[in-house]
Amino acid sequence: MTTPDTEPSGAAGTAAAPGAVAPAPAAAAVPRGALAETLYFAVRNGKLLGGLAVFTLLLVAALAGPLLLSGDPNAYVGLAAQAPSAEHWFGTTHFGQDVFAQFVHGLRSTFYVGAVGGGIAAVIGMVVGFTAGYRGGLVDEILNALTNVVLVLPALAVLLVINAYLGVRSLTVQALFIGLTSWPWAARAIRAQTLSLRARDFTDLARLSGVSTWKIIVREIAPNMSSYLFMTFILLFGGAILIGASLDFIGLGPTQGISLGLMLNNAAQWNALHLGMWWWFVPPGAGITAIVGSLYVMNVGLDEVFNPKLRET
Amino acid sequence: MTLRVTDLKVYYKTLRGEVKALDGVTFELGDAEILGLAGESGCGKSTLGKALIRMDGRMRLRGGGVELDGERLPIDDDAAMNRYRYHRISLIPQYSMSALNPTRRIGRMIRELVESRGVRYADVEEELLRRLKLVGLDPDVLSRYPIELSGGMKQRTVMVISTLLNPSLLIADEVTSALDVSTQKAVAKALAGFRDRGFVKSMIFVTHDISLTYQIADTIMVMYAGKLVEKASASAIVSKPRHPYTQALINSLPEVGVRYTDRRLSGIPGAPPSLLKPPAGCRFRDRCPKAFARCAAEEPPVTEVASGHFVACWKG
Amino acid sequence: MRRYLLRKLLVYGLTFFVAVTVNWMIPRFMPGDPVSSMIARASVAQPEAVEAMRAHYNSLFGFDRPVFEQYVNFWIALLRGDLGISIWLFPTPVWDVIVRAVPYTIALLLPAILLSWIAGNWFGAFAARRRWLDNTMLPVGYILTATPYMWLAILMAWGLGVVAGIFPVAGGYSFELQPSWSWEFIGDLALHWFLPFASLFIVAFGGWAIGMRNMIIYELEADYANYLAALGAPARLIRRYAFRNAMLPQITGLALQLGTLVAGALVTEVVFSYPGLGHLILKAIQNQDFFLLQGTFLFIVIGVLIANFLIDIVYTVVDPRTRMGLGGAA
Repeated sequence: MTTPDTEPSGAAGTAAAPGAVAPAPAAAAVPRGALAETLYFAVRNGKLLGGLAVFTLLLVAALAGPLLLSGDPNAYVGLAAQAPSAEHWFGTTHFGQDVFAQFVHGLRSTFYVGAVGGGIAAVIGMVVGFTAGYRGGLVDEILNALTNVVLVLPALAVLLVINAYLGVRSLTVQALFIGLTSWPWAARAIRAQTLSLRARDFTDLARLSGVSTWKIIVREIAPNMSSYLFMTFILLFGGAILIGASLDFIGLGPTQGISLGLMLNNAAQWNALHLGMWWWFVPPGAGITAIVGSLYVMNVGLDEVFNPKLRET
Repeated sequence: MTLRVTDLKVYYKTLRGEVKALDGVTFELGDAEILGLAGESGCGKSTLGKALIRMDGRMRLRGGGVELDGERLPIDDDAAMNRYRYHRISLIPQYSMSALNPTRRIGRMIRELVESRGVRYADVEEELLRRLKLVGLDPDVLSRYPIELSGGMKQRTVMVISTLLNPSLLIADEVTSALDVSTQKAVAKALAGFRDRGFVKSMIFVTHDISLTYQIADTIMVMYAGKLVEKASASAIVSKPRHPYTQALINSLPEVGVRYTDRRLSGIPGAPPSLLKPPAGCRFRDRCPKAFARCAAEEPPVTEVASGHFVACWKG
Repeated sequence: MRRYLLRKLLVYGLTFFVAVTVNWMIPRFMPGDPVSSMIARASVAQPEAVEAMRAHYNSLFGFDRPVFEQYVNFWIALLRGDLGISIWLFPTPVWDVIVRAVPYTIALLLPAILLSWIAGNWFGAFAARRRWLDNTMLPVGYILTATPYMWLAILMAWGLGVVAGIFPVAGGYSFELQPSWSWEFIGDLALHWFLPFASLFIVAFGGWAIGMRNMIIYELEADYANYLAALGAPARLIRRYAFRNAMLPQITGLALQLGTLVAGALVTEVVFSYPGLGHLILKAIQNQDFFLLQGTFLFIVIGVLIANFLIDIVYTVVDPRTRMGLGGAA
């Protein structure tokens, strides 16, 4: 090991994950032969299935909803400030916009930010983590310093300054910047995992037979920690959604369109609280919580599936 | 007679059914005896070691019993078993390198441990220091954290801690597998010394390394697929093995005794049977060069072929 | 130990340097002209006034100087505590605006972080391996960590503030009161403080409880725990060791969560119009007050870095391995 990690026990990288929902320290790689066994546990894991069900339901709503409720979700379609009714399932806003239409369109934006932001963060985290862990030496030192710097910088504060200067803000740019600021803990966790895998026989064997670094990472190391990588992506996905919602709420959301965070922002700004228009602020927050919560619960389930130690017998 | 194990059956509960890891093993361990317990991984030797001191959550007692100094042990009752632990039965674990709490000074950990077992630290302190010295450790290890000790030092510290209350039975579970060859010998010698000085009455030395066992054990018991295969004095096992499995095991070792150096190093082809549904008859027969019809039909009983020499083989 | 702390200091120094540099770079390299947008915001009609303002802001930013000089001047001004003039509260210096808001944010954050950490760890350790409690705590904890801070704040403001009418839902104290050291005023402060504090506390609590629960289960499986159990040590002793060892990653976790917790405090303040840094950020964004926004950003970064370093010091005290210089660095 070139640089000892912060966590002295075997729990390398665990604590680095947001909200203590990190993949368990011993998240074991699954040998390919055990695929059937993994599936066996997967279809019997309540947490995984429950999380997946909620997530899928919301994803379907996000994909299909806007198709059925086409048209501008911000259009004024009815009387203002109406409570939920058969016509407007989630009621209308202060301006007579349909909250349900905004909700399904907002869900779509939220998934988009999560997938793109989480995806970018995952890619950066993997590249940095793998390279640092596998190459070691000076490369590791430099990448480690970079990771630590980005890690201690409060991401939301950085994003606020950047977004404030952007005249026109889009979901994609928002997701891009979220991805660029939220990768460090993933990089650290992956680095620690790589270090432990690097010491194993099969990597030595590959190295001895003159295979290049990247081939070793892609062929030997990545498959062995694919479960871990997937869980990392899930957590980054959830984290990106929460950061995006905070940005939207403070008023730095996309200039066009709608998102769940923006709905909360509008509701707060137009006094939905004092007017008692609960249908305006309850659904968007519940939507975010349900998506992120289902991701976290799925993650715990996956952890139990991949990590035999955690299985209940 | 320190220990009497009678037809002990301990199974592992798994989702696919019960794994019969220890399937009816009977043996005795005399006072001041060191029993080497050998076999491939998965043969049940570790299960036996665990069953004697602390079964884990998946282990189930499915028959037989254990007597220590003539007293029946409640091995499947975790709470009732606690009375015997440390005082009467103790363990040197496989994982000695990480057996000490990393964030406690060693002396304080020992104090908290013995006092939690109803022993005043002041009463054992003198003996503790004496034994540390005996294994070549300075008293100041007590004021250090585990991370400040080398692997060998940790190993010796654990040895002293485990035997501090002079247990009747000590289980040394693969204690040497993490060490290099020269240290392995030193540790084995030290353990034999503990017996000679009466720190422990008797010992079960679990290992996969027969050559090492041979150096300290009085008797050696070989296990295969949850069954006792052969048990005899160490010299008899090495020089006159009767069971084909023991013979193969001895043959696969290059360094046991000079007379075997001219033999070809031969691994044992094949793999042990699944213990979920073990086959009838002899469990070694698929890998056995001498197997014949009867081996498939009937399980060979453990028979005493010579004084103190037990074999479970139709051809033994 | 000294090496460990020095290494940490180096990282924090580097981070501060990067933060300042980013802060300096953003307005200069972003698309669009910050001066124009500020003037547009000021909505001044006369062309002469516009020109005067433009000249004023340009000299403030120092756009007429070479880039390197701009950068050095930026540092010099910063080290003198000169963060520019607030546009929202013109002509108050940004420094003064921020210094007035900081106590509110600290009063909110510090108790919320410390209490949620202590209570969460305690509860998580208590719930671990107690089947019924564990099964209830786990889903509740995960839902709490998934809850956006501002949403819980809104729900609490609505439920306990608007509907039940127990707590005020806006401001740091009642408008009709003048700040003073009277009991009436302090009571009023506490009443306004409670809901933002409570909503921060609850979300953070869920995260710590789950973290501790997971860590302690891991520790109870550790070799030293098995060894002690084999020697018949009582569960009480083993749990005590496991708890202490599980605390260590939780301390590291506290450092890593600071950014998230600060973000939570910012949005919570926005919900309750609580006059701390979050409220300033909202006002700065609404008024295109970039000096205020960037000043606040620097304050937050410095606060997070100081807190990180304090946590590092605590860590070296509790973990013997860092003291020996054998354990972690990074």
